Amino acid sequence: MIDQASGSPITIALSKGRILKETLPLLAQAGIEPAENIHTSRKLIFETNQPGVRLIVIRATDVPTYVEYGVADLGVSGKDVLMEHGAQEMYELLDLNIARCRLMTAALKGHVMPEGRMRVATKFVQVARRYYAEKGRQVDIIKLYGGMELAPILDLADCIVDIVDTGGTLRANGLEPLDHIADISTRLVASRAGYKTKAARLQPIVDQLQRAVSQAGKAA
Amino acid sequence: MSQTDRWLLPDAIEEVQPPLAEHVERLRRRSLDYFQRWGYELVMPPQAEFLESLLAGMASDLDLLTCKVTDQSSGRLLGISPDLTQQVARMDAHSIGREGVARYCYCSPVLHARKASLLSSRNPLQLGAELYGTASGDADLEIICLMVGLATDVGLDTLTLDVGHVGIYRGLVDRLQLAPAQRAELFDLMRQRALPELQAWLEQEVDDEDARGVLLALPGWSGGPEVLAGLSDRLARFDVAGPLAALRSLVDTLQARLPEVTLHIDLAELRDYNYHTGLVFSLFHREHGHAIAKGGRYDDTGAAYGRSRPATGFSADLKTLAKLTPERRSARPRRIYVPARPDATLQQTVRQLRAEGEVLIQGFEEVAAEARTLDCTHRLAEHAGAWHIMPLDDAHSGLDSTTTEGLKTTDG
Repeated sequence: MIDQASGSPITIALSKGRILKETLPLLAQAGIEPAENIHTSRKLIFETNQPGVRLIVIRATDVPTYVEYGVADLGVSGKDVLMEHGAQEMYELLDLNIARCRLMTAALKGHVMPEGRMRVATKFVQVARRYYAEKGRQVDIIKLYGGMELAPILDLADCIVDIVDTGGTLRANGLEPLDHIADISTRLVASRAGYKTKAARLQPIVDQLQRAVSQAGKAA
Repeated sequence: MSQTDRWLLPDAIEEVQPPLAEHVERLRRRSLDYFQRWGYELVMPPQAEFLESLLAGMASDLDLLTCKVTDQSSGRLLGISPDLTQQVARMDAHSIGREGVARYCYCSPVLHARKASLLSSRNPLQLGAELYGTASGDADLEIICLMVGLATDVGLDTLTLDVGHVGIYRGLVDRLQLAPAQRAELFDLMRQRALPELQAWLEQEVDDEDARGVLLALPGWSGGPEVLAGLSDRLARFDVAGPLAALRSLVDTLQARLPEVTLHIDLAELRDYNYHTGLVFSLFHREHGHAIAKGGRYDDTGAAYGRSRPATGFSADLKTLAKLTPERRSARPRRIYVPARPDATLQQTVRQLRAEGEVLIQGFEEVAAEARTLDCTHRLAEHAGAWHIMPLDDAHSGLDSTTTEGLKTTDG
């Protein structure tokens, strides 16, 4: 069978920050290492030790967009970002079991929720809208980009929907976690077109990452 | 909307400008001629119909794509056509009513209330072909060969053909006797291939361990034709022998018939195939992040109009094909500048050349700059009382070699 797409490179989109730090060891175990130090370089595109495989390092929220448009073949992205993006043209192939946390609602301790419309501050607008719709609760969503804990303190919102890791930031600001919406971990996603047109070259990478995840799980 | 942004178009609504518009039109004619050579008859469904006609038996996805307006003469809701397939099904079932095999093709603009996918236009120029009246696998084969043949004919290469059969997934799910809500959840998880969630869902909702294992393995059964090996044994317990045999037979034939196309098999492909009942297929091109054409078998659609007929077909957005095809300016005919002169001989020459198929553009100022603005490569020049075609930039060349025939050979 001819692999007609063998001329074009495989592009893997990685999320900056904590996910990147935990992804690189998995990629290294799968035999893919950047040709230079990703953490110190200001570049956005990195060649790797594997010919024809390159990495791009972008904001976490942009990873699904690059993959869905098909300009990146694979991507590493948090489940929270994928839920918010609502991606249609991509497949979630693997749970990388890293950067685990929870998506929760939270409010000031002892805060009494209003009878009617409730104000919810979040950066996960779509997730929050779907969650409260399923609960049968009418809410006003307030889009914020960070520092969610401030919104209930200043009475901008009755509650927030946000990522909770240890819960330390909530407690430090007098908030308490309430409802659990979803467990979050980091996923390997593939563009639908790339998955079909470059299958012969993508599948070995996915298989190697699967083995790396299994080994990491056993070591833990 | 303020006066300064009245030029703005809605999201994903596109206009087509020259020279792409000419290219799209040339491709439209070429495609319809291609269909005609295979015996497909042109149909022109209306731009709007009663909403219940448009959406009869269709999934909610199509409802969301449909723009609705009130028909002032009947008070009923009209839908602006978002997909010609359903309209052709209505025409075949009722308006045309032909017995036996019928082949139709079409190319008309449709309108989507929102984007069907990230890369898609909301006003695609839908090009397609449908084959009614036979459930034979040979009909699916013909439609696939027609789709690939058309893409090749318009100049596309390095194509990947993805094929699957929705009957395999349905056969697996039917035996589980799931509630409608559970079926919808499973369909969504399979469509997204959210494998971690799929595994958790199956463990919670499905007791049959064998079925659980097969459903979890289904997304992994994708790749070259080798993925079909050994599946008959693995799926022997399930009622999918028919679909599996149909898929295997198609793949075997396609390998011989279309060796230049990369073949990809995908048993879990459900996206875009809401109303399909059998073999499904999509065509991918390396320069486009989504499928450039897709189709499949849909045997039940005509029942909503009183006559169920087996059917298979495919469609594509012609504008997407046009953007990917290499010709454009190169295929544009030469443009000849006509100087502004009140000369009867000149007008006679212009009439004659236009009748021969040449493109002549009347100038109003008779300056070289105007000819270039009008994108002309040639001009008419007078010599010895007659008008001849000569290259625009070749003002000092002798006129002896500037007859139409001479230019065709020297100017290439």
